[in-house]
Amino acid sequence: MCSASLQFTGDRHVKCTHCGTDVIVDPESQKSVEKKPFRPQADAIVALEDLKVHYRTSGGGMFSRKKAAVVRAVDGVTFDIKHGETLGLVGESGCGKSTLGKAILRLTNPTGGRVVYRGEDMTHLSASAMRENRRHLQMIFQDPYASLNPRMTVGDIIGEPIRTFRLTNGNSVTQMVQELMETVGLSRRFIKRYPHEFSGGQRQRIGIARALAVDPEFIVADEPISALDVSIQAQIMNLMEELQSEKNLTYLFISHDLRAVRHLSDRVAVMYLGKIVELAEGASIYEQPLHPYSQALISAVPVPDPEIEAKRERIILQGDVPSPINPPPGCHFHTRCPYAIDECKTRVPELVEIKPRHFAACIRISPEKPEIA
Amino acid sequence: MNRLAYIGFAIIAVIVVTAVFAPLFASWDAATVPDTALRLAPPSGTHWFGTDVLGYDVFSRVVYGARISLQVGVTVTIISAIFGMIIGAVAGFYGGFIDKFLSGYLFNVFLAFPGLLLAIALVAFLGAGLGKMILALCIIGWVGYARVMRGQVLKVREFDFVQAARALGASNLRILFIHILPNAIQPLIVQASLGMAGAVLSEASLSFLGLGIPPPTPSWGTMIEDARTTYTIAPHTLLFPGLAIALTVLAFNFIGDGLREYLDPKQRRR
Repeated sequence: MCSASLQFTGDRHVKCTHCGTDVIVDPESQKSVEKKPFRPQADAIVALEDLKVHYRTSGGGMFSRKKAAVVRAVDGVTFDIKHGETLGLVGESGCGKSTLGKAILRLTNPTGGRVVYRGEDMTHLSASAMRENRRHLQMIFQDPYASLNPRMTVGDIIGEPIRTFRLTNGNSVTQMVQELMETVGLSRRFIKRYPHEFSGGQRQRIGIARALAVDPEFIVADEPISALDVSIQAQIMNLMEELQSEKNLTYLFISHDLRAVRHLSDRVAVMYLGKIVELAEGASIYEQPLHPYSQALISAVPVPDPEIEAKRERIILQGDVPSPINPPPGCHFHTRCPYAIDECKTRVPELVEIKPRHFAACIRISPEKPEIA
Repeated sequence: MNRLAYIGFAIIAVIVVTAVFAPLFASWDAATVPDTALRLAPPSGTHWFGTDVLGYDVFSRVVYGARISLQVGVTVTIISAIFGMIIGAVAGFYGGFIDKFLSGYLFNVFLAFPGLLLAIALVAFLGAGLGKMILALCIIGWVGYARVMRGQVLKVREFDFVQAARALGASNLRILFIHILPNAIQPLIVQASLGMAGAVLSEASLSFLGLGIPPPTPSWGTMIEDARTTYTIAPHTLLFPGLAIALTVLAFNFIGDGLREYLDPKQRRR
């Protein structure tokens, strides 16, 4: 058997499209291959276990035949974030990245699974118990124009969490706010100004200062640079890096900018339609993506050299991302995957270790045969 | 702000000054003590707007009538706006069952009644009088504000800065009052200035129907009712209170439209 291109032709039969050999796969012998599914590590600062966020869309009302549907924005995500690292989360618009970030902070309530922070299950904490945890878990938002209350001064915006948690009192609030402003590179003279008096980059710095005010351990950065000019993007990324080493922060960096993610992240998770399809260290995922979706995604990053850029091969996916309402059965990606076989339509792939510390969810690859084609 | 709004503000300013300093311009006695010797006299130097069927001085009654109209307009608007704002904000902010009950059921019940008809029924039930009329008008008025407020809160509560406040541990009350309300209230200001016109009109209508302020206290609506039988022979008895109502309502509408344009940048002219 040449094993160049195998085609799954039916129950237990695999046919080689190259030489025509028909092989019967013994399910028992398949099982003997040890596939290690991904499990969050015990020392993780934040761990997600089979996290689900499903929304029920409202039906069309009394006189409509439209039925209520379920949007599976996040559909069973398991990963962990280690102390002091940056986990990059990439994926197309609408794949559930932001919902996932919000679900970790309980800004959206998960409908299934668990969010574990330092060994404590936060999923079922009461609102007031969760408020205490909010000191340690913070968020930086995508749109610096929408994330600051237009009717509050910078001092009030950054000072609000300090007052809420009574981190200090009286005049020292102002002093703390001024120190925070200088930490993020804003002049303390601006304390009485309103958000509309600042540029996008400065506003994002205000948002970062506000998140830092409670001295958090873990920050979800939800596309913090995608609304900014390229020159400002670099500044904000550098600021985030400096703050990370200074304050020993842990980031979940959500972005669709693959180069930014590569620059900032220690590990990268690739998300497609509510599921994690690949999770590995940054270098390994960018050099050798295993999942067909990651391969396509990474081949879309332009190379800053016109000659290489002109020659290199790109994987163009057909069609659009399917709707998260009634996502395709089996592997969510099978409708666009160039390597899909019949079994992909029925079997839901598990995130398993293909190479050391490199996990992917695809039934067509395995530790013995990590290359798909 | 456009020119009509300024005209509106000017008219209202004149009416407010007239109402507040009514004794400087007119005499209470002339408005409430009938001079039977001088009935239905045409406008003259002593009686600028003439006298009515009982011999009251129409000018004095129009001046003192402004007090009632403004009192009713302002109190009804403030009370129903505040009440509607709270109910609407609660419905929009908490959503779920609370919203289903409030906006799906309670709002619709109140909207289903023809407003003035409900007010008439309420006044008939409660009895006549200034306070009772204000109460009746508030009962029919609050739901309009509640609906606008609910929609606004639904919109504003999804803004990132509200999520940020939640992530920073702010309490529900703080989020509602510090973050949502100040950013949701603009359309309510417009609604309130238009509502002021509506309240003035409703007061006049109720008084016209004899359900308003008991005589001899002057009210524009009562004056029109009194003039109903005499306007063919003495048109001034109808004309002046009618003009007063029209001007007041028009002025509030000008202000409302002007504010709407001013507060909504999409409608603002360059």
